[in-house]
Amino acid sequence: MGALTLGRAALLCAALGMLLLPWHGLEGGPAELAAWPGGTAAPLVALLLSGARWWLWPVALLLVITAPPLLRGRAPGGLLVATGAGIILWTLAMGEAIGLRGLDWHWLAPLLGAPPPQPSLGWGALFVLVGATGLFASGLAARGAFGADAFVAFLVAGSAFLLLLFVFGPLFTILSAAVYEGDRFAPGALVARVTAPEAWSLACLATHEGCGVVWNTLLLATLTAVLSTMIGLFFALLAVRGGVRAAPLFRAMTILPLITPPFVVAMALIVLFGRTGIVTTFMWDWFDIPRSRWIYGLPGVLLAQVLAQAPIAFLLLDGALRAISPSLEEASATMGARRFTIFRTVTWPLLKPALAAAFLLGFVESLADFGNPLVLGGDFDVLSTRIFFAIAGARHDPGRAAALALLLLALTFGAFALQALWLGRRRYTTVTGKGDSGIPAPLPAGLKLTCGLVVWPWMLFTAAVYGVILVGGFVHDIGRGDMSFTWRHILTAFEVEWRDGFALRGSAWDSLLTTIEVAAIAAPITAFLGILLAWLIARQDFRGRRTLEFMTMLSFAIPGTVVGVSYVMAFNVPPIELTGTALILILCFVFRNLPVGVRGGLAALAQIDRSLDEASATMGAGAVDTLRRVVLPLMRPAIITALAFSFVHAMTAVSAVIFLVSARHNLATVYIVGRVEAGEMALAIAYSTVLIFIMLAVVLGIEKGVGRARLGRRAAPASPGLRNAPAAAPVRAGA
Amino acid sequence: MTDAAITFDRVTKAFGTVRAVDEVSFDLPRGALVTLLGPSGCGKTTTLRLVAGLELPTEGRITIEGRDVTRLAAAERRIAMVFQSYALFPHMNVLENVAYGLVVNGARKAAAETDALAMLKTLGLEGLGQRLPSELSGGQQQRVAVARALVLRPQVLLFDEPLSNLDARLRRRVREDIRDLQKRLGLSVVYVTHDQQEALAVSDLVCVMRAGKIAQMGTPNELYEDPADSFIADFMGEANVLDGEVLGPDRIALGGVALATRMRAHPAGPAQLAVRPESITLLAEGEGLPGRIQRAAFLGQTREYEVETAVGTLFVVAPAAAPAFAGGEAVRCRMERVIPLRPPRG
Ligand SMILES: Nc1ncnc2c1ncn2[C@@H]1O[C@H](COP(=O)(O)OP(=O)(O)OP(=O)(O)O)[C@@H](O)[C@H]1O
Ligand SMILES: [Mg+2]
Repeated sequence: MGALTLGRAALLCAALGMLLLPWHGLEGGPAELAAWPGGTAAPLVALLLSGARWWLWPVALLLVITAPPLLRGRAPGGLLVATGAGIILWTLAMGEAIGLRGLDWHWLAPLLGAPPPQPSLGWGALFVLVGATGLFASGLAARGAFGADAFVAFLVAGSAFLLLLFVFGPLFTILSAAVYEGDRFAPGALVARVTAPEAWSLACLATHEGCGVVWNTLLLATLTAVLSTMIGLFFALLAVRGGVRAAPLFRAMTILPLITPPFVVAMALIVLFGRTGIVTTFMWDWFDIPRSRWIYGLPGVLLAQVLAQAPIAFLLLDGALRAISPSLEEASATMGARRFTIFRTVTWPLLKPALAAAFLLGFVESLADFGNPLVLGGDFDVLSTRIFFAIAGARHDPGRAAALALLLLALTFGAFALQALWLGRRRYTTVTGKGDSGIPAPLPAGLKLTCGLVVWPWMLFTAAVYGVILVGGFVHDIGRGDMSFTWRHILTAFEVEWRDGFALRGSAWDSLLTTIEVAAIAAPITAFLGILLAWLIARQDFRGRRTLEFMTMLSFAIPGTVVGVSYVMAFNVPPIELTGTALILILCFVFRNLPVGVRGGLAALAQIDRSLDEASATMGAGAVDTLRRVVLPLMRPAIITALAFSFVHAMTAVSAVIFLVSARHNLATVYIVGRVEAGEMALAIAYSTVLIFIMLAVVLGIEKGVGRARLGRRAAPASPGLRNAPAAAPVRAGA
Repeated sequence: MTDAAITFDRVTKAFGTVRAVDEVSFDLPRGALVTLLGPSGCGKTTTLRLVAGLELPTEGRITIEGRDVTRLAAAERRIAMVFQSYALFPHMNVLENVAYGLVVNGARKAAAETDALAMLKTLGLEGLGQRLPSELSGGQQQRVAVARALVLRPQVLLFDEPLSNLDARLRRRVREDIRDLQKRLGLSVVYVTHDQQEALAVSDLVCVMRAGKIAQMGTPNELYEDPADSFIADFMGEANVLDGEVLGPDRIALGGVALATRMRAHPAGPAQLAVRPESITLLAEGEGLPGRIQRAAFLGQTREYEVETAVGTLFVVAPAAAPAFAGGEAVRCRMERVIPLRPPRG
């Protein structure tokens, strides 16, 4: 696409937004349109002419000066860049400066006086902003950036703008909330909040009081990471080297954490080990072990997190262990090393990077986990729950929540930074390709015994947990041991009535339908945007490419609670007011799951030789055609996988969205958490079972679809384009 | 301007600090096959990609058929390119691959397929239209790639080492095919290779590159017979490079011995002289540089000798029909033709 075409389209879009569409959001719904072009539905041009928004004149003027050259067939690069950026900055800045209470940026009072209140931006503003982004991009393309391709320029500028708005914007808001005391700027408050004894107290060492929440969080994360890595390692050793026949079962189990909402395991633990739990009762009846509440607190949360993380650690270590070429070990054996020496000197060092990865993942996931501590934490608070209660609790204190969120963010980034440092220094290139020649060294007998002692009881434990979940929804009261069969809970949640036509009477339908709807809207957007971004990052050369990559990956590292808090703070007031809508849920899912799509896309693109894109370009196909006809068809498996992952993640998420749901738009997970807190454990379990089966169906269906897509391509690897990919791609792509 | 298919005007392409193409200027005549030749990393591929629009120059101006294309994206230039990996779309069959360019340029599907079928026929690929690229041999894939490029009737056709995936025999045949086609259709072709034999065999013009600059451009004959400097002399086939003296037209001195030879005009005085191995005739006696056979080898059509002389060891190739010499024999070396060299630039 040429710069001029884009420039004209952008001008049209912006003009439409300025002249026709309501500038502000319609709080009262479409009914307000009746007053158009006056009232609350007035377009910008009407607001300007009536003098009601005189401070927005620059937006109109900037737009108007781009018209003559564009209409005459010229695309003046510098001018378009400047006006595009100018319109965006001015619109957003004025929206921030003048809010619902009139002037918010008081230092502007000498210039602006006392302007009337200004509600949030609406469709008109959206069109003007999109148009301005288009003008900006066409200006860049006209100056020769992005290979002079205006379409690529627009994609990059647009996605950068979106990422700034929905990833960095909220983070920035949180940071500024932490330095405000009510309405007063107070940098001291940040210091006080971040160093508060609430966070850092060591009282628990000496007294019976609890320790600071940072120490709690770190302790929990470390324990979770260590235990899940260890259990994962034992499973992997047994699966790869132990010669057990259950290895495929181990691998099938790794699907469980993916489809289980994070707090479901916690519920099952309560059913098993709570005061009236099945195991507790059994112990009391048979061994006189007194009932206690030990499961509420560190042990319970830890157990729940390890149950979720160990399969993921296994997945990583299983792959790494299988990739270690047996020939390395054979080489060592021919040099006369004994079995244990081989394991210690060869296998173990080669496993270390994967161990570090598993540890880091367990650590970070534990930091971010919210559902389990909420359900099982008792008095044992961690950062994520403390943040939640600072916002949702009796003492609503956004400043404190923001400060705690910053602490959590710092811990997460610290973990990633440590890993980067560690991996930066040692990079094992020995572990390449599959080691399919030679016979892997069997485990030393002692080690195998140890593995078995951990693995089999743990399997039993997992089976018990999931058994509870499966059975719990269909018996009267599993929490008190009443195991007689009933449909009651399923009916309460999902009753359907046919009498006067069709009616969904079950209490869960609202939230389930909203969840599916939101996930079904968010997933394609996530997959599409993620794949597009991957394509831009992998296939286009432009300045700032690394920055864009970093921006897309950043949201991966931000804990959900932090995202939730930051969205509430950023999008609760004009200029962008989204709280209470379904849109904020969708946006939250899209930007939280974006890294999944981008990573999948990058991996897939690495397999597709770049010369295919280039061949398409030399034959006269623009970026749009190349994407549609060549790149996207070849990336179908990656797209489907991204779709599945973002759908499932959206269905199971709780930490971020618990801040964002509203009475009208409630989500399944949040509804279930509410039922747990109300003590309706059986209903919660029944609902969870339904969720798990829906997601299982989606994941298996997708796997089948992708499987077929892979089959369809099996013939393809013989073609030069794909065959040469590993050799050819890094040459040009590594720029 | 009228006769040039492609002109480069002081074109530079820098990747960071690497100047892959460094202030290169040239005119490539219309309807000619020009090869870009040079050692690995000298900037051949980059030059080709600059023509194609896959890279945009850091500085300078590029025109194709008189049109300034410096800032145009690849899709907007009327060029076609055959990639080293062929870059056939693995998810489309042969017919769809060949019709692709027509379809994305707005042709109706039926019309595009008719054209594509005709082109497949021209290249001897009838009946393969429904196959996937993965179901073709290497040579067939190569021809599909050419068909796909030609069907667009490009002003300029670009090849990046199109034969490097083929075995030696096929390579010779396909390069003849390409040459025939180019002559028949009067195409302007730029052809990248690092095989100097291939370059000599197919080109109207050879352009030798070194470190991002053009070292010399000329007909294959000129480059072989009259290389500008020792780099090119060495690159375009083997040469004995000797220190000697030019005495006058067709008169040189080597190791103090005055010799008659043939050579291009060169000012008198000390000079580097390149002598091709087949330009030396060995005689038992008579006028010539005295030497002694060090090693002799019989290769069927030719005999190869190493001859020790006052100016160093000479490598000599003689036709098998010429008188044979054995190791240790004393000989006279007559220089049929020598090439006085300018020192390499840069
Ligand atoms: N995308 C890029 N980024 C950075 N440097 C590059 C890039 N492409 C090429 N170069 C560098 O530019 C120089 C010329 O590269 P080019 O690919 O044109 O060489 P070539 O003559 O085609 O070599 P070969 O015969 O090995 O294919 C090399 O030093 C190469 O490393
Ligand atoms: Mg090359």
